[in-house]
Amino acid sequence: MVAPMSRRAFLSGMRAQLPLLLGVVPFGVIFGALAVSEGIPPWEAQALSLFVFAGSAQFIAVGLIAGGTPPAVVVLTILVVNLRHLLYSAAMAPRWQALPRRWRAMLAWLLTDEAFAVGSLEYARRTSHSPHAFFLGTGMALWMAWQASTAAGIFLGARIPASWGLEFALPLTFLAMLFPLLEDRWQVVAAVVAGALSPLLAELPYGLGLLLAILAGIVAAMGIESQSARRRAT
Amino acid sequence: MSRMELWAVILGGMLVTYVTRLSIVLIGSDRLPARLRAALRFVPPAVLSALIVPALVRPEGSLDFSFENTVLVAGILAGLVAWRTRNPWLTIASGLAARAALLLML
Repeated sequence: MVAPMSRRAFLSGMRAQLPLLLGVVPFGVIFGALAVSEGIPPWEAQALSLFVFAGSAQFIAVGLIAGGTPPAVVVLTILVVNLRHLLYSAAMAPRWQALPRRWRAMLAWLLTDEAFAVGSLEYARRTSHSPHAFFLGTGMALWMAWQASTAAGIFLGARIPASWGLEFALPLTFLAMLFPLLEDRWQVVAAVVAGALSPLLAELPYGLGLLLAILAGIVAAMGIESQSARRRAT
Repeated sequence: MSRMELWAVILGGMLVTYVTRLSIVLIGSDRLPARLRAALRFVPPAVLSALIVPALVRPEGSLDFSFENTVLVAGILAGLVAWRTRNPWLTIASGLAARAALLLML
């Protein structure tokens, strides 16, 4: 088997991630600032970025922690939010099949939305000697930028007065994430159903209303989509 | 949340995130059941919307559809900006600015 490592490919992977960092770094700063303003101690805020390393799930976790949700439900919600990584894992599986287990474990750790976007393109185009080293570089660049920007946000957040009401940046961040990803009307159905039910179910114990609302949105969208597919088929 | 519970979330969150990323890479198959694939597409919009709406309509813990609910008014405005521009920075900035202006007015 060809050695997966190549310094040049690693560096060009890092470079390819740079344009995406323009979008990622501000989110990292907001994350760090929000986490401390919601009462999470600085080290734990940084640990979320270091160990969980999943932007949207981290934001959601901060909101739930601030709302007093039990830890098990927060972890369950993180799992649900990150289930989309199964799609990335499935896409990378055949490409990484021949790699040593250690490499697969390492690359999977770096398998985020941004690394997947840039990395998949490289596997299709093969501009470098080793797409694996390229992926490692692109993932590492993102990981380091995420850590540094979180740290900067923690530093800033500790200095922002509570009267600024920074917590409102959290639902705004979710709004900013939601609209660009709505690609078809079934996804809109999922969003509308989950959004309509969520405040009504908010009184349920253990924060389970959120998960129920999400589930209802997904089931409703799947149901309507398959029904309209059947109608088209007949 | 106590410090212990916080670390339970951090380590638990790490575990479930890494497992979803590693699972199929380790199994080595690129086939996901079609229904699961279809369902996964709906996860992000459902999750985000389920988080946004309660934050806007019950900022103090009970339903509040009045104009005094600055979070809701500013949130609707930011939603319109997000819908028309799909620009994340304009969305966040317009929401924060609208809320600051409303708080000054009321």
